[in-house]
Amino acid sequence: MEQLLSAEYIVSILLSGISLGGQLALIAIGYTMVYGILRLINFAHGDVFMVAGLLGIYISAALPMYIAIPVVIALTIGLGFFIERAAYKPLREAPRMSVMISAIGVSYLLQNTATYITGGQPMTYPAIDALTRTVSIAGASTKLVVIITPILVVVLIVLLTTLINHTKIGMAMRAVSKDFETSRLMGIKINNVISMTFVIGSGLAVVGSILYFTTYPAITPTAGAMPGLKSFVAAVFGGIGSIPGAVIGAFLIGICETIIKGLPSSWNVSVFSDAFTFALLIVILTCKPTGLFGEKATDKV
Amino acid sequence: MRKTKHTGRSLLAVAGLLLVIILLENISSWIPGLPAVFAPTSQLFTVLKKGAVYSLVAVSMNLLNGFTGLFSLGQAGFMLLGAYTYAILTVPMASKDQVYYLFGGSAVKFSLVDLFQSLFGNTGFGGYLSLICAVLVGILFAGLVAALFAALIGTPVLRLKSDYLAIATLGFAEILRAIFQWQTLGPITNGANMLKSFPTFADFNIRNGAGQVVLRLSTFVPFLAAIICIALIVLLIHSSYGRAFKAIRDDEVAAEAMGISLFKHKMLSFVISSFFSGVGGALFAMYVANAQAKAFTSTMTYEILLIVVIGGIGSISGSVIGTFLYVACSEWWLRFLDAETYIGSFKVPLLRSGFRMVVFSVVIMIIVLFFSKGIMGDKELSWAGIGGLLKKRRPKKKTPAGKEG
Amino acid sequence: MKKLFAVLLAACMVLSLCACSASGGKSDSGAKVIKIGVFEPSSGDSASGGKKEILGMQYANSQVPEVTLGGQTYKVELVYGDNGSSTDKAPSAASSLVSAGVSVVLGSYGSGVSMAGGPKFEEAGIPAIGVTCTNPNVTAGNSYYFRICFLDNFQADVLANFAMDKFDAKTAYCLGETGNEYDQGLIAFFKQVFEAAGGKVIADSFPTGNSDFGSYLNKAKSEGADVIFTPVSIAYAVQIIKQAASMGLETPFLGSDTLDDNMVLEAITGSDLKLYVSTFYQEGGSKEFDEGIKKYINGSSEALAANGGNDTISAVTAMGYDAYFVALEAMKKADSGDKAALMKILPSVTYTGVSGAIAFDEVGDAVRDTAYIKTADTAAGTWVLETVQTGSASAAETEK
Repeated sequence: MEQLLSAEYIVSILLSGISLGGQLALIAIGYTMVYGILRLINFAHGDVFMVAGLLGIYISAALPMYIAIPVVIALTIGLGFFIERAAYKPLREAPRMSVMISAIGVSYLLQNTATYITGGQPMTYPAIDALTRTVSIAGASTKLVVIITPILVVVLIVLLTTLINHTKIGMAMRAVSKDFETSRLMGIKINNVISMTFVIGSGLAVVGSILYFTTYPAITPTAGAMPGLKSFVAAVFGGIGSIPGAVIGAFLIGICETIIKGLPSSWNVSVFSDAFTFALLIVILTCKPTGLFGEKATDKV
Repeated sequence: MRKTKHTGRSLLAVAGLLLVIILLENISSWIPGLPAVFAPTSQLFTVLKKGAVYSLVAVSMNLLNGFTGLFSLGQAGFMLLGAYTYAILTVPMASKDQVYYLFGGSAVKFSLVDLFQSLFGNTGFGGYLSLICAVLVGILFAGLVAALFAALIGTPVLRLKSDYLAIATLGFAEILRAIFQWQTLGPITNGANMLKSFPTFADFNIRNGAGQVVLRLSTFVPFLAAIICIALIVLLIHSSYGRAFKAIRDDEVAAEAMGISLFKHKMLSFVISSFFSGVGGALFAMYVANAQAKAFTSTMTYEILLIVVIGGIGSISGSVIGTFLYVACSEWWLRFLDAETYIGSFKVPLLRSGFRMVVFSVVIMIIVLFFSKGIMGDKELSWAGIGGLLKKRRPKKKTPAGKEG
Repeated sequence: MKKLFAVLLAACMVLSLCACSASGGKSDSGAKVIKIGVFEPSSGDSASGGKKEILGMQYANSQVPEVTLGGQTYKVELVYGDNGSSTDKAPSAASSLVSAGVSVVLGSYGSGVSMAGGPKFEEAGIPAIGVTCTNPNVTAGNSYYFRICFLDNFQADVLANFAMDKFDAKTAYCLGETGNEYDQGLIAFFKQVFEAAGGKVIADSFPTGNSDFGSYLNKAKSEGADVIFTPVSIAYAVQIIKQAASMGLETPFLGSDTLDDNMVLEAITGSDLKLYVSTFYQEGGSKEFDEGIKKYINGSSEALAANGGNDTISAVTAMGYDAYFVALEAMKKADSGDKAALMKILPSVTYTGVSGAIAFDEVGDAVRDTAYIKTADTAAGTWVLETVQTGSASAAETEK
């Protein structure tokens, strides 16, 4: 018990919490942007993240790392784009439930295909030298990736908010998420905007996957399910549709979870690290039914 | 007048169906030499049993999602409650020490099975009666516990709208799973270990003194249970409450303006749906012959939601048809895709373990994309509908071939 | 378009139905076939182990593909049922084997699925031979389930004693998956033995699907564990080992039979970790088998892939090999391939396989008192035999 109060231990727990939060944030943005525009819980997003990890393994086996990473990013973005065109676009006029089922279907398909190809064996993510180097902070030694993650997240978010607030496509995105029908009437090419959302979402998911799987290197076909669900919770937490909300939610969840896992074993509560995430969510939702930063009127059906 | 006629016909149809199930189950022992499909070990009966259980669960989810418009993803959680309640109450005293072997026996010092056996005896007809009573009471409690829990979480949760409600209920299901897996509660829930040795469908087969099966009822029982429950749900939907549910689904504001109490009706629908999910969970435990929290994941909820949508949101018969198709596809018809197959010396490409699920998910995607309303849409299978179909076909046949082209 | 798809779908279904009935019919017509059901996971968390176990059976089948009973030669055919490593898929996988008409079932890797599938075999009157399912409850309460491996209480006993003898361990940190019967069972038994001997056990569990083990390992270090006991499935083991390696943890790891897998070996190679696992067989135990199986694995790309890309022999492969011959031995002794005859004869079957002598006790468990403890040579990437523990068989007896 006393040992757990050492500065070294607390720092190491906090660091891994922040890094986990950062990785979840990158996935959560994909959820929240798609939801903001299509009002769709994109259940396949977590699996796109997993596929990005698998692609990383296969491609880095054939190509040197500095070529492999851009290729993986390009392929995953392509996948995200393709999923939207093939599985969501045909259902634009269908009830919302159908689109969500389509997302569940895609998620099934990706998981099952991954099982088929990998044979269900856990695959090991390659070590990227620049990220796995060990550094020491306040006596706690940690991988460089843990430090890089939050910095990278902040940089990417600044870029993203600039894109959304100061470019034409960003303005179109804001317009579409405010009012789908009206913006269509105003001549915004809805399909381009939606595709762009998926491209950005998948792009961030790849970056997330590189950081995540460098920290937790074994990938199974279901490896995307839990991080996916948690980042979705993070998105809801912050008020789904709101990018800063998703990021704050993700960091909060990441840190809380690692702290619970780090509590003394004799308390016997680390089992509840996932459950606590959900409990916190329910408490927040009952106090603020649309999340921390959610808009009031979300139901546009 | 018409209504009673319909009820009569429906009752007849149900009785007929049950009779067919009994026949199907037993035909192989009465007439030898039938194809292997009819053997009691055939995959056909696995599909029928699982289908019966799942159709009840799907219908109960449809009551909430399709008829009341409440988007809840807590199905697996309520099933878990039902399955565990049933299992905890019915593990026989004699098996408790062995089932709870890590915890030195169970903290629940009674068992419905023993309770009724002490009333009616444990052999012959008395034994059968005590089995029926134990199972019946167990299932009832399973439903009640699930309903009680729904009532408890309903107050805070039902205030949430659409997707927020979905994620909150999903969260509750995950929390429940973690609690039931907690080793500290082991003496009650058996922690990580599975609960087993409780009465299952196979126990309903009637045996003679030598222990040989005289009459198989192991498929009949889940059908009977599912039919009774689904009939109750249908009655509810046709009542004034059901109309209120639909009104809420179609337009909450208008419904409220008409004087329908939103909260009361949402709560009612939520609790009733959970009750039947709990019953479904108990039946599921009987089908798999064990209860383990590990099985009741969000994947299970998604699976049931998939069935509901494939069958048609807001259609009871759609859910039932969808269930049987879904279960048959995933458990039976596509299984050959998993085996490496040789035609002569030619090895069929792609076929190896895991391929079945890939094909299955492609099939699902095709259905979702091209039949986005599901098999039945929001219509029901009805006598008039079947009649209409037949009528439509008849004149076609009579038209001379020349005129058609 | 819609109609076309509807027709296509319908056609697919009809075709697949035909295929089902056709495959059933073919084997019925060839009267000289005996089917052995292989109830193993080839997808899900334990797929890696299941595939290696199947490999042993396939190799055995390629060695002795026929059996002569009552003067007639039968071809032995393996029928596969993938239980997907999950207890809710296991019953239907089991009934698919039952409906394929198998006379005996081998498997499964993983105790939970064996327990879930067991009632189906019992109902159909088909004896099942567990290969590496070590949980006591697999055979207890199911008279149709036998097994050829040691039990968890024995395994935990061996490991706990080893920890105290070798490392003089006072505090053990145990980490298992929540809700996993196998993990939690082993930890409970380990705790009993270790605490009875005056040690302190810190038991901890992680939620299913967890990938962040850094926090747990940090905690183990901070709470002053002398050994870390991780009886988890392979996917988690790889994750734990990788993260421990990057932390540079010096505490020795103890693993159960699941960790004896070349995925784990691959993960630990090149690190400074110390890992000791208890297992059923050590390479070198039977030279003939070692050479044969290596040739078999290297002979086909599929077998090589199933074995994780190299030819390190897993103990489960040897066990799968032995299980096949136990089934054959039972057939020979009963002089029949009938399930009821096999069921009657199995309790009295004895066989000496590559993993040692096999005989069943009254519950259907193998009478075994030997476990191998091996350690990973992290430089060479191989397993090295550490010690052979002939545990106090009496300890295992008193547990019951």
